Amino acid sequence: MKRTALYDEHIKLGARMVDFAGWEMPVQYSGVIDEHRKVRESAGIFDVSHMGTFEIKGKDALKFLNYLLPTNIESIDDMKAHYSMLLTEKGTIIDDIIVYRLAGDHFLMVVNAGNREKDETWIRKNIGNYDAEFTNISSNIVLMAIQGPLAARILGRLTDTDLSMIPRFGIGRVRIGSSKEMFIARTGYTGEDGFEIFSPISEAKHVWTSILSEGARDGLVPAGLGARDTLRLEMKYPLYGHEISEETNPIEAGLKWVVDFRKGEDFIGKGALSKVLEEGTKRRLVGFRMIESGIPRQNYKIKRDGLEIGFVTSGTFSPSLNIPIGIGYVRTEFSEIGTKFSIDIRGKERQAEVIKTPFYQNRR
Amino acid sequence: MEFPDDVKYTKDHEWIKIEDNIATIGITDYAQEKLGDIVYVELPDVGETLEKGDAFGSVESVKSVSDCYTPVAGEVIEVNDLLVESPEAINEDPYGEGWMVKIKLQKNQQLDDLMTNVEYENYVSEESEE
Repeated sequence: MKRTALYDEHIKLGARMVDFAGWEMPVQYSGVIDEHRKVRESAGIFDVSHMGTFEIKGKDALKFLNYLLPTNIESIDDMKAHYSMLLTEKGTIIDDIIVYRLAGDHFLMVVNAGNREKDETWIRKNIGNYDAEFTNISSNIVLMAIQGPLAARILGRLTDTDLSMIPRFGIGRVRIGSSKEMFIARTGYTGEDGFEIFSPISEAKHVWTSILSEGARDGLVPAGLGARDTLRLEMKYPLYGHEISEETNPIEAGLKWVVDFRKGEDFIGKGALSKVLEEGTKRRLVGFRMIESGIPRQNYKIKRDGLEIGFVTSGTFSPSLNIPIGIGYVRTEFSEIGTKFSIDIRGKERQAEVIKTPFYQNRR
Repeated sequence: MEFPDDVKYTKDHEWIKIEDNIATIGITDYAQEKLGDIVYVELPDVGETLEKGDAFGSVESVKSVSDCYTPVAGEVIEVNDLLVESPEAINEDPYGEGWMVKIKLQKNQQLDDLMTNVEYENYVSEESEE
């Protein structure tokens, strides 16, 4: 199994390590619920360096990405990031990604750990005659995320950069503690304010330990993949392999906003998705809460009047709301808020109800 | 991790204590530690009759769900209602407040496949090395 540059730090902190997409990653330190609540109330720091980082630059980089991605890349300002996707010709989802525009023709892309190789192959295959250079820089970058309402305050004490100048989805250059300069972006996967840090390997331990010790008095804790999952679930953020895959398209996943049908250029998947939009989707991704007891889990059946109408993609006990919640695909006619259906929880049908998402809204 | 010597253990990580023909069953310290924060417990109905090896309930953490199996046959005479509101009692006190069911034993049962605390401790140390 592969290990990140911070592996020894996780062991020192007493983390429980698990296999995630071939990586030995911390699933929890003090406990999922505690870490989750600390991120909502104060802050947490996550090692997310199992994710892949690609660099794309050159004369045609903009033109190429505008063809590769459904996002209008031209509308992204320099030093801004944008959520986007790699799509197949059929309009289904190869991966969800963040694209970062550092300068006119210079971009970064962060992709899911489990899709690193597949994405690289896909991008190289499509780069064709575009005058653009692709480099997989994953092995040089240690990605960390500091997330939570106090993230900016804590990070602010460790850098001379005025973090208030970096807006949501903005990118900045900072030194953290006595580190070399590195990029950070005001992005995350928790629904809280925070930053993702692109550290060179040589600086990673210093950045990690500086944040941990500086943040301790504000209640910052190291947080693992367990809390990362419950945090994103409360926001109904999709997770690849659960809500989205090569079997699903962005329209039915409720991610139509990611696809810019009006941008001038053609892009991969446009034709297929225009058709989906015209014909409507047979199913929709909904968020639901349990009315009766039990916790929904991936692939549990969703039923109504004894008939199967969908399936659960993710579910958990929500540490912020103290109730079991879930996400799943249901036939479009059953996707309205307030619709009741049952979840087949290991042979027992338990009532659930479609509710408004995100499930959790922070105070900001 | 605690392995008290006044209870017996199963390969599925339940503990069982038999007094006056009544078995009290729960999950072990090792099991609760492996599961992490327990957020939901499903228990049988009082009066239900269970065969040896039947699932009598389940324990769910944030991440996963595990069935619990009874190593003895008999009738459920009491369940721990505290766990409905406070499932974390299993994390905090697996052999005490976190007990799950009491079963009145059927007569003439073989109880030879249970482990002592020493045997169980060896068993889990081998399992965690895998």
